[in-house]
Amino acid sequence: MSGAAATLRRTGGRTDTRTLVTLAVALPITLWIADQIEMSIFMAFVLWVLIAVRTIFHSNDKVQRATVVALLLWAIVLPFFEEEGGGFIEDATLALAYTVFALGLNIIVGFAGLLDLGYVAFFALGSLTAGWFMSSFFANAGGNGVAILVSGPAAELPGIHMNFLLVLVIAAMICTIAGMIIGIPTLRLRGDYIAIVTLAFGEIIGRIVINGDEVKLGKVPLLGGPLEDVVGKGATLTNGRQGITPVDKIKLPFLDPFLSLKLRPWYFVALALVFVALFVNYRLRDSRLGRAWIALREDEVAAASMGVPLVRTKLMAYGTGAAFGGMAGAFLGSYLNTVNADQFQFSFSIFVLSMVILGGLGSIEGVMLGAIVLSFINNNLIPDVFNDYPSKVGLDFDLTELSFGIFGFLLVIMMVLRPEGLIPERRRKLELTEGVGVGDTELGTGEAMYEAKA
Amino acid sequence: MEASTDAARLPVKANTWDTVRRYIGEYGLIALLLVMPVVYGIQDLSDTGNLTRLGENIVAGVSNGAIWALVALGYTLVYGIIELINFAHGEVFMIGSLTSAGFFGTIGLTTSTGTMGLILGLALTLVVAMLASGSLNVMIERVGYRPLRSAPKLAPLITAIGFSFILQNVGILWIAGSPRGIPDLINAQKELFSIGGVSITNGDVLAIGATIPLVFLLTTFVSQSRLGKAMRATAQDPEAARLMGINVDTTISLTFLLGGLMAGAAGLIYALYQTTIWYLQGFQAGLIAFTAAVMGGIGNLQGAVLGGFIIGIIQQISDNRIGGEWTNAVVFAYLVLIMVFRPQGLLGEETREAG
Repeated sequence: MSGAAATLRRTGGRTDTRTLVTLAVALPITLWIADQIEMSIFMAFVLWVLIAVRTIFHSNDKVQRATVVALLLWAIVLPFFEEEGGGFIEDATLALAYTVFALGLNIIVGFAGLLDLGYVAFFALGSLTAGWFMSSFFANAGGNGVAILVSGPAAELPGIHMNFLLVLVIAAMICTIAGMIIGIPTLRLRGDYIAIVTLAFGEIIGRIVINGDEVKLGKVPLLGGPLEDVVGKGATLTNGRQGITPVDKIKLPFLDPFLSLKLRPWYFVALALVFVALFVNYRLRDSRLGRAWIALREDEVAAASMGVPLVRTKLMAYGTGAAFGGMAGAFLGSYLNTVNADQFQFSFSIFVLSMVILGGLGSIEGVMLGAIVLSFINNNLIPDVFNDYPSKVGLDFDLTELSFGIFGFLLVIMMVLRPEGLIPERRRKLELTEGVGVGDTELGTGEAMYEAKA
Repeated sequence: MEASTDAARLPVKANTWDTVRRYIGEYGLIALLLVMPVVYGIQDLSDTGNLTRLGENIVAGVSNGAIWALVALGYTLVYGIIELINFAHGEVFMIGSLTSAGFFGTIGLTTSTGTMGLILGLALTLVVAMLASGSLNVMIERVGYRPLRSAPKLAPLITAIGFSFILQNVGILWIAGSPRGIPDLINAQKELFSIGGVSITNGDVLAIGATIPLVFLLTTFVSQSRLGKAMRATAQDPEAARLMGINVDTTISLTFLLGGLMAGAAGLIYALYQTTIWYLQGFQAGLIAFTAAVMGGIGNLQGAVLGGFIIGIIQQISDNRIGGEWTNAVVFAYLVLIMVFRPQGLLGEETREAG
């Protein structure tokens, strides 16, 4: 019997604030010790604002939204205080891109309760879309190259060059379709089986990207001919392990040119994507569809008998979640300037899943926090700050090698001690604590485990 | 979905589509499995006039499959009793391999050790590897799964993933991040004898010869012993089992111990057969063995063994004909197809999860 869950029930909401306070004290202090003073002040600021608001207005939806809006305004002005080519903006842009991933996965896992372990597939497909349509990869396409809504030097190069916004839409569309295709075999399955099937799909797509240089697009049955007319002779599906590089830089009106050393415009594009993802998340959560997802998550059979169309609702969850993965993937393709097959591994799916779980399944604010905290830990704390700590105490390894072990540890700790996440969603928390009452005996299996899914 | 499958079972007038579906459900998987051997068999016959190449694929496949079968048993045992995919099981197997390789060094086994010494040493290593993996598996259950028995099913699955990553990192710390070769103690690739042109190597004999007694012991234990009876009772209905005086917690721990023991043995056999170990071997093996368990019908011991052999053969054929870099994609494609057409597997009953 979970003692932690019982404690949680007794103390109610106070634990939320307590964890946040611990975090708000511990994180800045660690950063301070590690000589990351700017970062420390920033993190402390964000977390204390969060705590202040939560203590004053205890779990009030409007206030939570106001906090999020305030934080986003803060995020808009933040880059003007930072060096343009500095490490901070570089990491922050990555963190924002990861937030989009996490918000997308949150729709599938958090709202609809379908554990997707193959989310990396959409990163891969989104990145590939950028690689296909924003680089010289299809070198023989349309004679001297195809340029759609693109001006400047990129338009002169061979290959297909499209406007980033167009690529974003195409990536979202491709991933929506892929998400639904991946969803279809899982329709009859539940729980663990969904996890395994999505994992298998993620691995299959990863394999296809790695071995895609063996696949000649012109030789695809039926579609081969017309496809070759578009992409040019001898085009392959991907560039295999060599990766597609360079990928065009984004070019948008009203923003400074996008350069590798001037990162402010990149940051704003990523922020805009987060805005879109947030807007869609909030609107969907409160919509008819969002309520259907939550009903599905809580009890599939009951939801079905109340008239929730299971097939459509599930496929919508997969499709919407995947679309965001595709958009963030396309952005990262251009931002990282490469589509590298080795990025698309199972560990990426787990990384994003850890963000969702750390923050709180289904809780939009929590997932944002989880994504930002974890990506800073991954991109800043582990490689730059703590990396040589093991060798300082005489151990012979780099901490970067162990980053996924650290995330794994985090998953276990979170699930055992605080399964509802840092900033839990109210409904979710109820679901989690309900189980305690039912099987309140030495072994809680019977009811809670078997009956809930019977 | 639920409603429509139920409707198909009612004795109303069955239309053609229902009949087709029933046939696909019943024979589709078997047909699917036979596609690759049959196609390549015919190709071999027309090219060279004999089936030696296919035969060699199948022999190598069966010995690889023996290892997957042992790992798959762990999945199927645990799933049968608490309906959880023990995601960390592949890593338990990997730790078994690492322990064996480390233990070779400790007791000083090298390629020049005499036959008697080798047999004794390997028997000792087998015991050590099995105990290491078994106790690790029990510990994982105690720390990661037991506190979450009453939580929603996602929770233990997520801790399982967490443990899987932690153990991979233990592997990295232990033998570093790249594959490491270990001494080829049994001369795994040396031909022992040949049947009809198909050579059987030392490794094949070891893999099959060690797996069959282990599987036999395990099935006998589960079906004959008192504790085995307790396991089956708990799998059927934990609540009722407890009312009958069965200590359910101990029984679940025992199940994890048995699964871990098998994984440890598989780890040793893998190390001897492949002569390479690395920290990611467990992740691969885990997915493959899980596919095997599902193919045979999860919760069914014989099914897991059968599934292991089949997956081993598919892998070898794919390695040899399609190209090793596509093998995983082929195996996972099979996994998805099984899930779609016959989620209960070859020998399994329909379960609540996969109905």
